[in-house]
Amino acid sequence: MSASEAPAVTAKDGLISDPPILEVKDLRKQFTAHRGHSIVRAVDGVSFALRRGEILGIVGESGCGKTTTGKLIMRLIEPSSGSIKVEGFEATSLGRDEDFAYRRRVQMIFQDPYASMNPHFKIKDVLEEPLLIHGIGASRSERMELVAEVMAKVKMTPVADFMDRYPHMLSGGQRQRIATARTLILRPSVIVADEPVSMIDLSTRAEILHLMKTIQMDMDLSFIYITHDISTARFFTNRIAVMYLGRIVEIGSQDEVIDRPIHPYTRALIEAVCEPEPGRVGVMRDLKVKGEIPSASDIPKGCRFHTRCIFATEACSALSEPELEDMGGGHLHACRRWKEIG
Amino acid sequence: MSDTKTKAQPILSVKGLRLHYFTSKGAVRALDGVSFDLFAGETLGLVGESGCGKTTMGMALLNMPSPPGRIVSGSIVIDGTEIVGLSDKVLRRDLRWSRISMVFQGAMNCLTPVYTVRELMVETYREHQPSADALDEAGLEALMSKYLRLVGLSSTVQGRYPHELSGGMKQRVVIAMALFLEPKVIIMDEPTTALDVIVQAQILNLIKELRRDLGLSYIFITHDLATEAEIADRIMVMYAGKMAELGTNEDIFGGDSRSGPRGGPLHPYTQKLLASTPRLRRRVSELAFIPGAPPDLIEPPKGCRFAPRCSFARPKCSSEEPPVAELGPGHLVACWKAMEDPDYERF
Repeated sequence: MSASEAPAVTAKDGLISDPPILEVKDLRKQFTAHRGHSIVRAVDGVSFALRRGEILGIVGESGCGKTTTGKLIMRLIEPSSGSIKVEGFEATSLGRDEDFAYRRRVQMIFQDPYASMNPHFKIKDVLEEPLLIHGIGASRSERMELVAEVMAKVKMTPVADFMDRYPHMLSGGQRQRIATARTLILRPSVIVADEPVSMIDLSTRAEILHLMKTIQMDMDLSFIYITHDISTARFFTNRIAVMYLGRIVEIGSQDEVIDRPIHPYTRALIEAVCEPEPGRVGVMRDLKVKGEIPSASDIPKGCRFHTRCIFATEACSALSEPELEDMGGGHLHACRRWKEIG
Repeated sequence: MSDTKTKAQPILSVKGLRLHYFTSKGAVRALDGVSFDLFAGETLGLVGESGCGKTTMGMALLNMPSPPGRIVSGSIVIDGTEIVGLSDKVLRRDLRWSRISMVFQGAMNCLTPVYTVRELMVETYREHQPSADALDEAGLEALMSKYLRLVGLSSTVQGRYPHELSGGMKQRVVIAMALFLEPKVIIMDEPTTALDVIVQAQILNLIKELRRDLGLSYIFITHDLATEAEIADRIMVMYAGKMAELGTNEDIFGGDSRSGPRGGPLHPYTQKLLASTPRLRRRVSELAFIPGAPPDLIEPPKGCRFAPRCSFARPKCSSEEPPVAELGPGHLVACWKAMEDPDYERF
């Protein structure tokens, strides 16, 4: 137990003595749209490191590139440029066999646990499939043992009761537990979870998050948690990266980013969130942000947030794109005017 | 505040409403005896998980149940008119949109793509406005511009097609369409759910502004307690087709010593729901959850419908249905535990 907990503690303390398990450098993905007339820069220079045993949240609004980033890490789509290293190996230039092995190490939990499962498969078949694909287990009975083991791990017990059910016979929460089990059965080192609880009812949402957190600690997994919901990110993650129009604008420990946000976009995002507390009726939220998110095919020059930023000066649009600046303690942000805006 | 409200005449009054969906497997008792009042100028939040009956309630208030649903019994009085039993024709002419309108869940994504905003609004107007006192072209034009401006859009939006608008703009159009026949009561069904956080906050600000400036009354339906905290004067928590608890914002979200000896909600379901809502500004190490799933409404459990998932359940809870009891001024709770021992140790 102590051995498995140690790295998680390291991650929380922000000590980066261990080499990162996943390292993304200047990752870019462009799509052509309108028959080649415009280029959508969905991911536009993203760099971060995921430490072993850490949960990193990637938060942002729709169109910020968070899901595309996840898909790139999963290698479901090819990056336009940039590098993705997992356990020191470059993942963007793998051959077919290596790719296969890569997919075993990096697994994904999708948003919709119903759409991501074959409705004609029983639960045991859903869970056996990855074993068959990766040639794990010599016999059916051996594989069923692994299936039973992983089902117990995600608390789908008594296992025998659930094995022969079909996905539609399960609740949303149960389906998402099976989706989690399906990734765990391959013993991956990194799990990319894209909005894993956004379609689950509130009363069971926390149950799934708790379960994923427990498993993450027990198995010393590293997690990327992609979400639009910064409140669940605060509960679930160790660190948070905030994305805006294809780039990370702020990253740091969840306490730093949420309690002491620096980038005006992060501040607006936090100000916009409602809390289940009294005394808010009739009070307007002071959003300190203008207009709406521009198109990723027409990203503003200079700081990409300047068109919406109430603190922006001419320099923000005239100078080059601000790079991430380290405030110490692993808290980075990309705002030139952070000193002036207080 | 609640005293002056209880003396006032409600603008909308629902009594013993039952709405069942008649499926091949049996009648789904989606609403099974729900009563509440909405007072002028007030926002009443309806909150609960999927399947609790909150959207069914919204549709019922327009007497427009989705098939195979039917209002089985009960009464809905809007501004003095009983609407249960009225024909569709009469409802459309005299009631819907002119006295009560609705922002449907996901409506912003269901705007007819081949109509401009102007055409959509004109169609809505013609459908619900009796021809006798209909406005002429110029009058209608002015009315549309006025309401588009009220929701923060310029009148040039009139010529645009839905796909040319952002999500936030589409939702503003939908709200303008719910408002511009000048009803007193607006039902909002998850009006911010599909939107991004910042746009959500902008739309919530708009909804608050409109209420303040136009004196509207809202029924605000959402699954999200945090959104209700932001908008609702009173909140009705629904579970499995019934009211579990109804109280003021302070009753439900605490922070006021008058709201019971320990503050906060009295029904175990509300408490757990609140404890499972993540918070942003204060770090929470534990989030609660409720084991199990809501019951089958074809054959709902005897007694309290929440009993199978409730950690306070006693034998009585699964045999006798708890009545709705007033445990504080205007604070209604349907729970044996809360009724017999209001000081009980909560979560």
